[in-house]
Amino acid sequence: MSTFTAPQSTTTTGWLRDAATLTARVLRHWKRRPGSLVVSLLFPVLMVLMFGYLFGGAMAVPDGGYMAFLIPGMLAMAMLFGLETMVVSVTTDTAKGVTERIRAMPVTATAVLAGRSTADLLNAIVALAVMLITGLLVGWTAHRGLGLALGAIGLLLWLRFAFTWVGIYLGLLLKTPESAVAVQILVWPVGFLSSAFVSPDTMPGWLGTIATWNPLSATATAIRDLFGNPDWNTHGWAAEHSILIALIWPAVLTAIFLPLALASYRRLDR
Amino acid sequence: MVYEEGFTRSLPRPEVAIRALDLGKAFGAHTALDGFSLDVGAGTVCGLLGPNGAGKTTAVRILTTLTRPDSGQAQVAGFDVVRDPRQVRYRIGLVGQNASLDEILSGCENLVMFGRLLRLSAAAARRRAEELLAQFDLAAAANQPVADYSGGMRRRLDLAASLILSPPVLFLDEPTTGLDPRARIDVWSSIRSLVGSGTTVLLTTQYLEEADQLCDQIAVIDAGQVVAHGTPDELKAKVGPDRVETITRKPSLDEVFLHLTGHHPSTGRAEPMTENTR
Repeated sequence: MSTFTAPQSTTTTGWLRDAATLTARVLRHWKRRPGSLVVSLLFPVLMVLMFGYLFGGAMAVPDGGYMAFLIPGMLAMAMLFGLETMVVSVTTDTAKGVTERIRAMPVTATAVLAGRSTADLLNAIVALAVMLITGLLVGWTAHRGLGLALGAIGLLLWLRFAFTWVGIYLGLLLKTPESAVAVQILVWPVGFLSSAFVSPDTMPGWLGTIATWNPLSATATAIRDLFGNPDWNTHGWAAEHSILIALIWPAVLTAIFLPLALASYRRLDR
Repeated sequence: MVYEEGFTRSLPRPEVAIRALDLGKAFGAHTALDGFSLDVGAGTVCGLLGPNGAGKTTAVRILTTLTRPDSGQAQVAGFDVVRDPRQVRYRIGLVGQNASLDEILSGCENLVMFGRLLRLSAAAARRRAEELLAQFDLAAAANQPVADYSGGMRRRLDLAASLILSPPVLFLDEPTTGLDPRARIDVWSSIRSLVGSGTTVLLTTQYLEEADQLCDQIAVIDAGQVVAHGTPDELKAKVGPDRVETITRKPSLDEVFLHLTGHHPSTGRAEPMTENTR
């Protein structure tokens, strides 16, 4: 025991490297356990097939088929599903003591959470690619050009970025992987109470209002617009300003949950 | 070891590696620490001995910067745990009650990842991982996911992960709880060789026998306070003959186990309990 040396200071490079190391860790998980990644990627595909072909026949969507309405909704749902993966992943780290080990290391909280967030965005990009290919295979297309289509993908990733922080916060709050099941269940009412599957106009008034103002709906409606897909009788201020709301909602969620996530990571006093 | 960012300053080791002064900590209505004070000399092994709920883990969590004390102060390796947690974190290793490892990754991937987080270069992290895997008899399982490891292997990997930077101060929170006697003796011999290289160790345990085997000093903690402090022999002289009998009976069971199973599992070498390698 002779040559202990310690670094003098924190540097931006060091911060970036810590975040990159923790992003790479999640990518290694995918490589080691490809099964769970594949299942999480194929699940929304299965839902497209189920809803599109089983229920699609009963759905009367004006100006286009149900598939063209459903795919943007499912793209938004795929962003929401990231939340459960995140909660499972964060609670597993707490249960296995990995969170504790990293907290006892000279790694800043922001680097740890940035690493998670980056990995989650990469996951979202892969999930979107799979869903877009599925969409094209079942007859969905974007009609308004590449620029607006990329804008739509940007809005989807922006929504996912917000859900990432909600997921990290819930994961730190819930602590055990068992309680993550609650999140897996609660994702469904959030998903169905939106314009992802049907128009809020077909719901009872008050329920329709909640569905219209759901962050998921704002993004789904906005990207339908940007992709040039049918919109199914959506009226009112919220529907007409969906792009604006799709920009604001994730910003609000991030502004609330990012500081909460950071604070609870720093304050894991037992 | 080669650091990527060119850290060269070698700090003189303070005489007192761990100093806790009048630490207090409450969780709601429960007082975990109540005037906890302890000095551990550099290069020594101190055992923190006490029943469940005595405050051992809380003390370790404060000293390793994981929990903030409500009152009092503490320095580890010359740095204040509240004011300079980052400096403390570079200088400590922590082995908790349960292995803290990424079970999906392999043993080698775990060590490389933690090495990177301790700011080793990619090459240095890999080299250090290989060294440690060899040192802890895990080279054969280096590329297996930790999920496939036995309890003893996990604990050894956990210990290895805490030693990546050869920290001057090591905290072991009940390092052998839940291990079978052979794995326990394995961990003991690892700890002994660390101590031989000059590391300061604070070890919590419920087993008097473990403290007796490993520690220069023992602090007995009860209700959040150190109630007795001394060498194992001094403490044995203080407590009655009943306790002493317990101390001598337990090791002999372990000796019986060693005798029956024969040898050290990995080196094939017998590890007599009485051997003192410090």
